[in-house]
Amino acid sequence: MASFPSADRLALLTNFGHSIGSVAYVYRPTHAEQIAELYRSAAGTGFTVGMRGAGRSYGDASLNGGHVALDLQRMNRILDWNPGTGVIRVEPGVTIGQLWAYTLEDGWWPPVVPGTMFPTLGGCLAMNIHGKNNYVAGPIGEHVAQFTALLPTGEEVACSPTQNADLFHSLIGGLGVLGVFTSITLQLKHIYSGNLKGYAWASPNLRQMMDEMESLKADSDYLVGWVDGTWGGSGLGRGQVHRAHYFAPGEDPSPAQSLRVEAQVLPDTFFGLVPKSILWQFMRFFMNTPGAWLTNTAKYVHARTLDHRHHFLQSLVAFNFLLDYVPNWEKSYGRGGLIQYQSFIPRAAAAEAFADLLKLTQRRGLPTYLGVLKRHRPDKFLLSHAVDGFSLAMDFKVTGGNRPALQRLTDDMSRIVLDAGGRFYFAKDSTLTREVVAESLGPDTLARFCAMKARCDPQSLLQTELYRRVFGSI
Amino acid sequence: MNFSSPLTPTPVAIVVGASSGIGEAVARKLAHEGYAVALVARRADRLRALCAELNARPGAAHAVAYPHDVTHFDEIPALFQTILRDLGRLNVMVYASGIMLPSGFSEYNFGKDRATLEVNVLGAMAWLGQAATYFEQAGEGHLVGISSVAGDRGRVSNPAYHTSKAALSTYLESLRNRLTRKGVHVLTVKPGYVDTDLLKAVARPFWVVSPEQAAADIWRAMRRGKQQIYTLSRWGLVMWVVRHMPSFIFRRLRF
Repeated sequence: MASFPSADRLALLTNFGHSIGSVAYVYRPTHAEQIAELYRSAAGTGFTVGMRGAGRSYGDASLNGGHVALDLQRMNRILDWNPGTGVIRVEPGVTIGQLWAYTLEDGWWPPVVPGTMFPTLGGCLAMNIHGKNNYVAGPIGEHVAQFTALLPTGEEVACSPTQNADLFHSLIGGLGVLGVFTSITLQLKHIYSGNLKGYAWASPNLRQMMDEMESLKADSDYLVGWVDGTWGGSGLGRGQVHRAHYFAPGEDPSPAQSLRVEAQVLPDTFFGLVPKSILWQFMRFFMNTPGAWLTNTAKYVHARTLDHRHHFLQSLVAFNFLLDYVPNWEKSYGRGGLIQYQSFIPRAAAAEAFADLLKLTQRRGLPTYLGVLKRHRPDKFLLSHAVDGFSLAMDFKVTGGNRPALQRLTDDMSRIVLDAGGRFYFAKDSTLTREVVAESLGPDTLARFCAMKARCDPQSLLQTELYRRVFGSI
Repeated sequence: MNFSSPLTPTPVAIVVGASSGIGEAVARKLAHEGYAVALVARRADRLRALCAELNARPGAAHAVAYPHDVTHFDEIPALFQTILRDLGRLNVMVYASGIMLPSGFSEYNFGKDRATLEVNVLGAMAWLGQAATYFEQAGEGHLVGISSVAGDRGRVSNPAYHTSKAALSTYLESLRNRLTRKGVHVLTVKPGYVDTDLLKAVARPFWVVSPEQAAADIWRAMRRGKQQIYTLSRWGLVMWVVRHMPSFIFRRLRF
C-alpha cells in the first residue's frame, strides 16, 4: 500500500497576502468519495486534514503545514440551476466568479459577495463571509437553502435552517474543521439590471462617516467607507463613502444588455493605455509609508473634488469586486506581503475604539495603507463575527523586519477591541491568541463549538493552523 | 511570552546525530537561538537526557527526541514526515552523524568500510534528500552537512573515512548547485580536530577545538550564507596547501 501522506504531494501554500505560508501534502479530490477515502487513510496516523479553497483568506485559515491540505478547487461543478426560482446547487470548489457568470444573464446575482470574486463557495461558507450589504443581507449563510456535508465520522448530513439546524448553524462559519461541504444550495437574488446606482462622496473624518452610514443604512442596498489611515488630527479617519442601489423592475431601459457577462468585465487597461496586468509593479513604489500617505491623500482630494452624491452607473462587478480591479494588487506589497486586521465593534463604542486603533497604528509608525469601514448586524451562526455595529478592516504591509512590531501592535489593538466588546473575523486573522479568541467568543459559545467539534469530529481529524492557534487541539 | 504566531513563527531544525559531539553542540546552539529542535540519534538515553535539559530552560522552544539509527534507511521517509507533522515546518536540517573506525595502516576491512560509508554517506543522502525535497517546495531553508578536512585528500590513515567525507562534500556541492536557484542555502562544514568521540581514534591531535566552538562557527556561517567553512578557519589554508601538494610528495607522507 502506498504510504500516507504521499511525499510527492508536498507543496507550498500561502495566504492571500503572501505573508504567511507553509508546506503541506496537498490533495485535490474531484469527488466526495475521494474525500471519504482520504478521511479513512488519515485516521489514526496523527496527520490532520485541513480544508482549502482558493487560498483567499488573509491569515492561516487554509494552511496546515506538515499535514494534509485538501484543496477543493477541482470540485467545481454546477450541479443544478433553476432560472425560474434562482436556486442553484453547486460543488464547494465553485467560485463566486464562476457563479455570477453562470446566472447573470437569467437575472440572478449572489445576494452576498466578498470584495473579490475568486474565493470558492466552500470557503465562503466555512468563513460565513459578508459583503458591503451585511447590515441588510446578513452573511452568505443566511442565503443557503441547504447543504450536504461529509463529516470525518464518515456520516453524510443534509442541513438546512430547519433540518439539522444546529449543524447548519455550526458548519457555516465552522472554519472547515467540522466537515467538508459536498454540495451547496443557494438562493440567489433577482436583479433587474447588471448595473447599480452608485454614489460616492468624501467624508472629513471617521465619526462623520459613521454618522452618514448610520443615517443612510435604511435606504441603501450597499454601503462601504474607504478610510485614509495615514491622516490624523481632526481629519482622523477621513475618507469616502460608497453607496449603491439595485435597479427596480423596469428602471433599466435595456436590462438584457447590462445583464450580459461581457458588460460586466473589468477593463483590462487604465485610461485605455496602461495594461492593468502590470499595474501592480508600479504600485510597489507607493507601498511604503510616504507613498501610502501620498496615494491616500490624492484619493481623498479626488473624492472631495469629484463629489458624486448624485448617482452614476456602475456594473455589479465593478462595484462589488474592488479588489479585483488591479490584478495581483497584493503582490505590490513586495516580498513580505501583507496582513489584514479587521475588528467588529458595537455601534455605541465603535467611533471611539476605531479612533483609538487608528491613532495607535500611527503612533507606532505602522499606519494602515488601506482602511475599509462597513456596517453589520448580528446573525444566528455559532461562530459569528458580526455585531450590531461597524467593522474596520486595515491592511498592513509586512516586511522582513517589522513582524515582531506588527504582532505587538495587533496584540495591543486586540485589547482595545475586547474592551469595546468587539469581535474578530477568522478569514482575516493572523495575529490573535487563544486567550483573545476565548474572551471575544465567550465561554458559552466556546463550549458549544467544542461540543460540536467533538460530535462531528471526535478524533480531531480536521484541523488547520488557524484552528490549532486559536482553539488548540480540543 | 513565547507565542508562535503566523507573523513570528518559531523556526524549526532537525539535527541528525544530536546525541554527542558537534551534533549535540549544534542542537544546543539552535535551541538557545530560539529554534524548536528535533533531536535524532541512535543512543536514546543520551538523546532523552539532552531533550529534557533543553526543555527545562525557561522560555525555551521545545525539543523533541526521535531515537533512530541512520543506517535503517527504510525508516527515514516516515520519520521525516513524523517530525514535520509534529513541528509543522522545517527551516534548518543538520546532518552531523559520523563515525571514524580506527584502521591500521595495512588493514583492509570491508565490514568497517561499509559501516563508515553507511553512516557518513548513505545516511546523509537519505536525510538530506528528504529535507531537500521539502526545501525545494518551501523555496527557503538551510541544509548543513558536517563533512571534514579529511574529505579534501585521500590520505594513508583511513581510506574509508576519507572517501566518505569526500563523498559527502561532493554530495553537498551537488545539492548546493541544484538548490541555490530554489532559494535554499547549503553549508558544507569541514572541521579539523574537534574534541568529540571521534578524536579517540586520532593519535596526535592538534589545534583541537570544543564542539561548542565548532557549533558557534557553524551558526555564524549559516547566518551569513557561507557555502563552506573550515573550523578552525586556519585549516582552510592548510588544506589549500594539502590539496595542491603533488602526488609524488603526498604519497610519501605518513599522515
